[in-house]
Amino acid sequence: MTTLSAPAETRKPRAKRAGGSDLWKATPLTRIVLIVTIVVSAFPLYWMVVIASRSNHEATDIPPPFLPGGNLGQNIQRVLANEDAHYLAGLTNSVIIASTVTISVVLISTFAGFAFARLRFKGGRILLLLVLVTMMVPLQQMGMVPLYRMMVSLEWIGTLKAVILPYLLNGFGVFLMTQYTEQAVPNELVEAARVDGASTLRIWWNVILPAVRPGMAVLGINTFMLTWNDFLWPLIVLTPDNPTVQVAINSLNAKYGTDYVLIFSGTALSVLPLIVVFVVFGRQIIGGLMEGAVKA
Amino acid sequence: MSLHVESGPSTRAPVPPSRRHGRPGPGRVFLSWLDLKAAPYLLISPYYLLFLLFGIFPLGFTLWYSLYDYDLAGTVEWTGLGNYTALLADSAFWNAVVNTLGMFVIATVPQILLALLLANALNKRIRGRLFVRLGVLLPLVTSVVAVAVVFTQLYGRDWGLFNWILGSVGVDPVDWKAERLPSWLAISTMIDWRWTGYNAIIFLAAMQTIPKDLYEAAAIDGASRRRQFWQITIPMLRPTMIFVVLNSTIGGLTLFAEPTTFYGGNVHGGSNSQFQTVSMFIVEQGFREFDYGYAAGAAWLLFLMILIGSLINFLLIRRIGGRK
Repeated sequence: MTTLSAPAETRKPRAKRAGGSDLWKATPLTRIVLIVTIVVSAFPLYWMVVIASRSNHEATDIPPPFLPGGNLGQNIQRVLANEDAHYLAGLTNSVIIASTVTISVVLISTFAGFAFARLRFKGGRILLLLVLVTMMVPLQQMGMVPLYRMMVSLEWIGTLKAVILPYLLNGFGVFLMTQYTEQAVPNELVEAARVDGASTLRIWWNVILPAVRPGMAVLGINTFMLTWNDFLWPLIVLTPDNPTVQVAINSLNAKYGTDYVLIFSGTALSVLPLIVVFVVFGRQIIGGLMEGAVKA
Repeated sequence: MSLHVESGPSTRAPVPPSRRHGRPGPGRVFLSWLDLKAAPYLLISPYYLLFLLFGIFPLGFTLWYSLYDYDLAGTVEWTGLGNYTALLADSAFWNAVVNTLGMFVIATVPQILLALLLANALNKRIRGRLFVRLGVLLPLVTSVVAVAVVFTQLYGRDWGLFNWILGSVGVDPVDWKAERLPSWLAISTMIDWRWTGYNAIIFLAAMQTIPKDLYEAAAIDGASRRRQFWQITIPMLRPTMIFVVLNSTIGGLTLFAEPTTFYGGNVHGGSNSQFQTVSMFIVEQGFREFDYGYAAGAAWLLFLMILIGSLINFLLIRRIGGRK
């Protein structure tokens, strides 16, 4: 170790440059880790398509088939025609629920984020702290029983509003939009608009909204995915004949346990819309995720 | 005099145009006062209205319910802490607690280590960065139900791919659902498949904020890569680590969809409840047995578990990072 110090000193400028770039060079181990990860990540989804495009006879072959077959269209038709799953209703309901929740959450959060980040008012800090604290509470589990009873007494069981309304409470959204507004809208801009005589609503529309649009997109995509994928609450308040797509898959799973082809086709059809969203908005999703992580 | 006149207009010059919109009339003054004072509250009111209705109200009522005894016939009786003492003596509840904690540990420890390893790899100069990151995050897009459906088939006893692979290297097929440990392992892999990439991306974001000079200086001092990782990267990641671990704690202790789907959509968690979690227990008590008070009590105990778990993990991470 001590002998190393002398040559290192004489070659310092070169060593630093070479060492500096060398540190971030991909080693064979890096490549192996990444390739294995991507294969493992993609395999279950690939497998889903393989089984969804086969027949039940082939799906239980030993060794199992590793390439997609030609039955995908026919299997999907079976899913859509299945009378227990109400799959098409589930798909429609999921689209309605996820879109309504997304639009509302983004609006509510943008409003609150603007107030918390750029308006001064009494109790603001404490109210924001309250949001952060409640983000730690697993509301879905904690509030399940009373919320269910509430939906029963309102006679909302089996209706979409029973699913939608509780989802609108989203502390993460308020937190994210507060952070984003703080970073994207300089205080001077708001003050200047105020001096020009703009009302609060006008400032929101003309100053805040254009600046926080990327943050809204991240929150929107996030909310859509979480709502689309959620399972526990819709399972409790919806009935099997008017389900979300996840509940429909669950019905298939519960009733046709060994009809893998049917279940897998339904599953594949439910994942597809999200994969499309993910590929189209991938750059923003990753950017937003990484930005949020550093700030939180 | 002349001095005043001269300086007056020049300093006040920006003011007149600014008053263009708000010429002071009594009504206007009131409106602008309203706008300044009331607007912030109006803006946050939708959130807090929802918070009251779907946050505070159910939480309070959960506490209330947990003090009453409900039965199938519909009679309701005050029992005080009866539900809690019954729960603490209920072996089915403890079984769910043990299952939840067991799966949490089996899933979370490897998940965080793998995520660190993966983040370190993602932090290198690699070609096709966006593609690689998308690949890593792909599982997150997949719904839990979909993940569970696919993995349940892969873990099938008779025709599952995993047993086929095991069989081809001479291991006897495993009945993944029937035994406790295999079922925990199977469910843990579903969780890890979905969340490892997400955590890696979070770690990656934090790694990129670590100044590169630190590594360069360490490299000149002859510190190996491994040493740099443990002595620079890990301590610098501490805040992020706390975030990730707390997130995993909440997610892990409220586990529901994977084990439910693994048992064909049934919340009983296997023939002997060998993989029933506390969340599933709550649903079973509340919505299969209609014992709302019991379920509500279990929900509060779950919350207590999360608080204690978060605290322990928080202290643990602080120590690990602090000791270097």
